[in-house]
Amino acid sequence: MSQPSRPSRPETVYFFGTCLIDLFYPQAGLAGMELLRREGLRVVFPQNQSCCAQPARNSGYLDEARAVARRQIETFVEDWPIVVPSGSCAGMMRTHYPALFEGQPDAERARAFAGRVVELTWFLVHVLDIRLADKGEPVTVTWHASCHAMREMGVRDEPKQLLRQLSGVTLVEAGHETECCGFGGTFAVRHAEIAAAMVDDKVTSIARTGASAVISGDCGCLMNITGAIDKAGRPIVGRHIAEFLLERCHGA
Amino acid sequence: MALETMPDGPVVENPAMDKGPDFTQRAHAALIDPGLRRNFRRAMDGLMEKRAAQFADPVAWAALRERGAQARAAALARLPDLLEELEARCAANGIQVHWAETIEDGNAIVLGILNHHRARQVVKGKSMVSEEMHLNDHLAAHGITAIESDLGEYIIQLAGELPSHIVMPCIHKNKDQIATLLAANIPGLGYTEDVAALTAAARRILRDRFAAADAGISGVNFAVAETGTLVLIENEGNGRLSTTLPPLHIAITGIEKVVERLDDIPPLLALLPRSATGQPITTYVNMITSPRKPGEKDGPAAVHLILLDNGRSRVFADAQLRDTLRCIRCGACINHCPVYARVGGHSYGSVYPGPIGKILTPQIAGLDVAGDLPHASTLCNACVEVCPVKIPIADILVRLRQEAAQPAGAATPAVKGAGSRRHIAEALVWTVWRWVYAWPWLHHRATRLLARIGNWIPARAPLLRAWTRNRTRPHFAGQTLHERARRAGIDHE
Repeated sequence: MSQPSRPSRPETVYFFGTCLIDLFYPQAGLAGMELLRREGLRVVFPQNQSCCAQPARNSGYLDEARAVARRQIETFVEDWPIVVPSGSCAGMMRTHYPALFEGQPDAERARAFAGRVVELTWFLVHVLDIRLADKGEPVTVTWHASCHAMREMGVRDEPKQLLRQLSGVTLVEAGHETECCGFGGTFAVRHAEIAAAMVDDKVTSIARTGASAVISGDCGCLMNITGAIDKAGRPIVGRHIAEFLLERCHGA
Repeated sequence: MALETMPDGPVVENPAMDKGPDFTQRAHAALIDPGLRRNFRRAMDGLMEKRAAQFADPVAWAALRERGAQARAAALARLPDLLEELEARCAANGIQVHWAETIEDGNAIVLGILNHHRARQVVKGKSMVSEEMHLNDHLAAHGITAIESDLGEYIIQLAGELPSHIVMPCIHKNKDQIATLLAANIPGLGYTEDVAALTAAARRILRDRFAAADAGISGVNFAVAETGTLVLIENEGNGRLSTTLPPLHIAITGIEKVVERLDDIPPLLALLPRSATGQPITTYVNMITSPRKPGEKDGPAAVHLILLDNGRSRVFADAQLRDTLRCIRCGACINHCPVYARVGGHSYGSVYPGPIGKILTPQIAGLDVAGDLPHASTLCNACVEVCPVKIPIADILVRLRQEAAQPAGAATPAVKGAGSRRHIAEALVWTVWRWVYAWPWLHHRATRLLARIGNWIPARAPLLRAWTRNRTRPHFAGQTLHERARRAGIDHE
């Protein structure tokens, strides 16, 4: 349930784009890769990647999940770290692939793959020891902690450490920061009314901080939270942390 | 309905699994009740804060939790042997042991014992297993009055309601509601929100009940196989009075509550109250090992232990699902569940609400009856993080979703009602999803197309309609990350 002990700095890393970023937030994926490239790494984005298979696995369709997971395992073949700009997808691949493939002929391969999966902000902090030079205007932001980043990948303070490096950014913590936003994949539509109650409370907590932007490391949460913010007509923008960090360092 | 004039015990609504409204409908009723949501939120926030203060040192917490998990896992690994050892030790100590396979068996055994002792007035300590058995109703139907003596249970018994939490049964009520209820039911008590006055009034009534009771019924927190000891923890002294004052004591528990050794009790007691209410220890820790012995001044003349199965053997038989039975009923998973905080305990339609209820109830009642519960979770893992005995609740939820959705037909499915929730349309969606996401050729074409036309999907499309009830629709990017990465010249192999 935790990240590997500090690996040495690699020359090359894989980037796993996630299916939500692929369709809805490609700029967050590009920003994640750019942050890595700026640190001198070679970034490989295999074109045959698709989805971590969490949606099917969490719905109880394990055969379907395995078929899609297997495609990722067969795609990311080199022994490079697999950097993921999502705690949730990283958690699926790192903590659940071994169980998903238990008893299968490729169980060993799945375990080896899982061992190479790292979450982006953890990688930036612990492996690259990144130093960010903020070029943006002063701004107040708040952070939304993703459940799976915290509880499956052990990523808690790393994103906030990155935000605190930005001299022009004031980070205000929201009430119930570590509570689920109510996305939960199919939960958001299967139990839409409960999900609505959860995200409405989340938006209220975010608005109380007075921040003009909410930053998150997971696009599932972000899609849920910004969708509710926009529907409520609140003047708060949502940003994936990779995109936000890159914007700040470019002085955008 | 004054307590003094109740004929055969208070009227309790039929607490059987509600066949009418499902979880979603019950949750709707709770969600539109702002007072209820406030009560739960405030109470859960307080409980989370108190628990966190008890486990401030993460290293100590991890070590203690490991011991607790080990104790429970070790007990379950030897469950059949330990139950026999428990029975033998109890018998040697003078406690009569009864085995109940179903709740009907359990109710019949309790009634039989009470009738044998001509007991008509019963006082009860808190027992979730007796709630699971709907014991009060059964006894009332046979002319026996069972009065709940735990203050929370007493309050909901007066209100004719079911517990909304396994540790704090009336947590859904606020002070005004309790004050109004007690004022209407306790003669001589006017409306007051003074907690000390309310408690004193309830105590006055209950003391008479203890003194008059023919029998006491209690639950059990842990049953120690090594010594035949029944451990019962509580804060109000009502558990001690229920188990020592009347001449007959009947303890009821599930077969999973057994532990190997007396040495297992200290770590488990260090975990349970701190996880439950943020207390370092409960006010009372009762350890009952025999009836009154010759020369002793108090204690019941007869003690009976009822071990209820009610589907637990089936849970035990599956290596993964067995972890469900580690539960020590602290309720920490409930206190930390963001879904429970919104919908409250009654939405779950079962005596075990929240995360533990979502995994336990469908296994006991069957997925055909309670198959909607495993889906009532975002799999946020807040429960997993605080469980003092490391039950992998989220993994078991996924397993139950899988059992519910698999094609029916296994001769002896691991879970009752397996396959009962399979929907062809849903299965087809996942088949299509699999082809799209497992085949790059198809995936590239499908996602390129979707990125371009997705924003024209009609707003009334089923999933989109549910999504947009309180959110704007997600915006498809026009081009996929795959395309943009290729265009940006990023290496792809």
